[in-house]
Amino acid sequence: MLLSVLSIFLGAILASFVAKKFNKSAGILLAIIPLGSLGYFLSLYEKVRHGEVLAITYSWVDTLNIHLSFYLDGLSMLFVLLILGIGVLILVYSNGYMLHHEGKGKFYSYMLLFMGAMLGLVLAGNLITLYVFWELTGITSFLLIGFKHTEKSARAAALQALLVTELGGLALLTGFIIIGNISNSYEISELLNQHEVLTGHPLYTPMLLLILLGAFTKSAQFPFHFWLPSAMKAPTPVSAYLHSAAMVNAGIYLLARLNPMLGNTDMWQNYVTLFGGITMLAGAYLSLTQKDLKAILAYVTISALGILMMLIGIGTFLSVKAALLYLVVHALYKATLFMTAGTIDETTGTRNIDELGGLWKAMPVTMVASILALLSMAGLPPMLGYISKEFIYEAGKQAPGVSDYVLVCSVLANAFMVAISIIYGYKIFFRKKHLNKPITEAGATFWAGPALLAVFSLILALFPKPLEPLLESALGAVKVVPIKVELKFWHGFNVVFLLSLITVTVGVLLFWGRKQVIPFLEKINARLFKIELAHVFNKTITQLVSLAKKNTSFFQHGYYRIYIMVIFIVASGLVWYQLYRTWTWQFTEGLSPVSYYATAIVVAICVAAVAVAISRSRLVAIITIGVAGFGIALLYMIYGAVDLAITQVFVEVLTLVLFIMIFHKLPAFSKHLSRTSKTRDAVIALTVGVLMAALVIKADHLNLSYPVSNYIAQNSYEEGHGRNIVNVILVDFRAFDTLGEVIVITMASLGIFSLLKIKKSKTTN
Amino acid sequence: MEIIFAIAIGVLYAVSVYLLLRRSIVKLILGIMFLSNATNLLLFTSGGLSKGKPAFIEKGSNVPEPGIADPLPQALILTAIVIGFGIIAFTLVLTYKYYSKTGTEDLDKVQETDQFE
Repeated sequence: MLLSVLSIFLGAILASFVAKKFNKSAGILLAIIPLGSLGYFLSLYEKVRHGEVLAITYSWVDTLNIHLSFYLDGLSMLFVLLILGIGVLILVYSNGYMLHHEGKGKFYSYMLLFMGAMLGLVLAGNLITLYVFWELTGITSFLLIGFKHTEKSARAAALQALLVTELGGLALLTGFIIIGNISNSYEISELLNQHEVLTGHPLYTPMLLLILLGAFTKSAQFPFHFWLPSAMKAPTPVSAYLHSAAMVNAGIYLLARLNPMLGNTDMWQNYVTLFGGITMLAGAYLSLTQKDLKAILAYVTISALGILMMLIGIGTFLSVKAALLYLVVHALYKATLFMTAGTIDETTGTRNIDELGGLWKAMPVTMVASILALLSMAGLPPMLGYISKEFIYEAGKQAPGVSDYVLVCSVLANAFMVAISIIYGYKIFFRKKHLNKPITEAGATFWAGPALLAVFSLILALFPKPLEPLLESALGAVKVVPIKVELKFWHGFNVVFLLSLITVTVGVLLFWGRKQVIPFLEKINARLFKIELAHVFNKTITQLVSLAKKNTSFFQHGYYRIYIMVIFIVASGLVWYQLYRTWTWQFTEGLSPVSYYATAIVVAICVAAVAVAISRSRLVAIITIGVAGFGIALLYMIYGAVDLAITQVFVEVLTLVLFIMIFHKLPAFSKHLSRTSKTRDAVIALTVGVLMAALVIKADHLNLSYPVSNYIAQNSYEEGHGRNIVNVILVDFRAFDTLGEVIVITMASLGIFSLLKIKKSKTTN
Repeated sequence: MEIIFAIAIGVLYAVSVYLLLRRSIVKLILGIMFLSNATNLLLFTSGGLSKGKPAFIEKGSNVPEPGIADPLPQALILTAIVIGFGIIAFTLVLTYKYYSKTGTEDLDKVQETDQFE
């Protein structure tokens, strides 16, 4: 299982080479990788079907209970088949679609990365593993949405999608950690029997809210739905994949996966159902007034995600069954519709529904595929969508407590769906409209994928038997107990059938009255949605950024000496406070006797230092700094540090030479600061100076531990074979420090060399 | 003697801080020089002062006499002096380069890296 995920990531690495080498067939060639994976998972299908769970665990961070583990049961299998199956078709479709686009290699690479991330997400057997893949899908979708990075709007959409889903991602991580802390495990297999522990815990409410925030942002639930329509800035194959089988389904998968652990509580049912219902209705309603083909489909996706969310929220056998079937239905028709929309866009050059018409003659295959998908979307026979809609109504009818809400919402939403499906099909293919240029059917890679999916959806509706065991095992994974699933068209005359009739009637009526209804709705929307959520979001982000900017420019003002000032004031203030708390002093005991000539040197050093500070002349400053330096060398000499004295003298000489070499190139001291600021700086300087002197006196009576130098001194000759102990330390005991020092000097001289070199080449030019 | 050393260290630190707070870039370099000298002296004093007894092992003996100067701070300071020189040399050349490019020595006029072409 790990291999199958890795192979796709490997494909992502290979993608750019393949795209370069086989320019014309890269998409088809790369589709082989997920196809192989698909074959592998199909071979496991028989096992999973009978309720077997395949789990592998690789040790990762044992101390935190985090493992790289994979877990394949019916639910994962359902998602895996969708991700890989549709992924293969999308790659084939991309082969045609991306043929004349820039940066194909990058595109395929991102696409495969995204696929691998999704695959890992649904196979993860550990919540933290799941989270890692979850974030990976967020990042790769960011790259895909912003693929046309030269367009500002694409960049903005990508950033928006990233920020919204990452917000949820962080919430999700927090929720996972709460789960981990309560139950001491992140393994899904171990958490399955912790339902009482988790739901009974006092932290259940925040935990659930955080996780729901994660799922809602990822699956574009109201009020976070706005990123999904913006995300259609991506190339069409990406939209097709993102909307049908991947990304947005992640939230659905998560909640289905967590249902046995966290579900079946009032809170779960109320929140998830409520938000799902609103999203379903809002998405379907808003799709009616859209003009852009992809925007229409995006809002339908939102609606579909709302339906799925609502059904999982209800959490009965019927509703989960309906959700799983609808998931398949939606993936099939949405991928088809996005691909055909992309084909229409490529051939006609427009995606505006009002500019299209009469394409049935020119693009028969595309037309048939689209119509089949639209029937499925509208929930009409003979498509799989019909069976699934019946399921939804039945689940709604028997939903405990929320039945009325669910039924009203879903009938209304489905009526809108019927209307938009008819409008969509009619306007594009059958309305009489003259197009400016002659249109012909696009190449086989363009229509093969959508046609295959549409026909597949039809066949599955007519002969739904093979789908039953798959759904059964998935349902078994969500509801923990095995249940029979039966798919058929005719359930007899009952309430559900009646609701279907009402839905279709309302939908058709909406279509007949579209000339009156849609402008009316547009008027309402213009009032109702004056405040666009996406706009509000962008504004919030802009304000956050400007706040951060203000904050940064307050602290990072760029005035170098103010930084230094703050550092010195704060540091010395803190140390002064500590000194004040331990206020005892020792001035007499244990001091070495005062030497007069050493004192004279100290006085000379001090005078020289003060002279440097107040001097106006560069020459005086350099000479006096030399006086101080040599003075210190003398002090070293007197107090037994011969090597130090020698080094100090060398360094002083070299520094002086350096200074004098570039002396005439350096600026003269100029007076910049006023008397007050000089006084202020002098006060700060004195505070630090007195503090350091006090610290030296204080530290003189402090012996924290036995000095390590004794050991070194005793062993210098016997182990280091040297009589000069300082030298032995440098070249033997602490030889690596000296090596480091040599490296520092080398770097400095390289830096100096290159600095001077740059100047020379510039002047010769 | 330690107290006199302490005063010297204090004066060196005060001067270096004062110089670091100037707007003139050359004074900043002088400040860095004093800072490293002051710190070296601080380290030296912390090892204890012992006059006229360098950390050598006499010929014919395998261990040093008691009361010699502490060799460890000396080794540390030796490294520090050399590295300090590296820093000063680099900073000096950088300053020279910077001045010949920008024509200003006023640090308050340098607030962003993108300021100069």
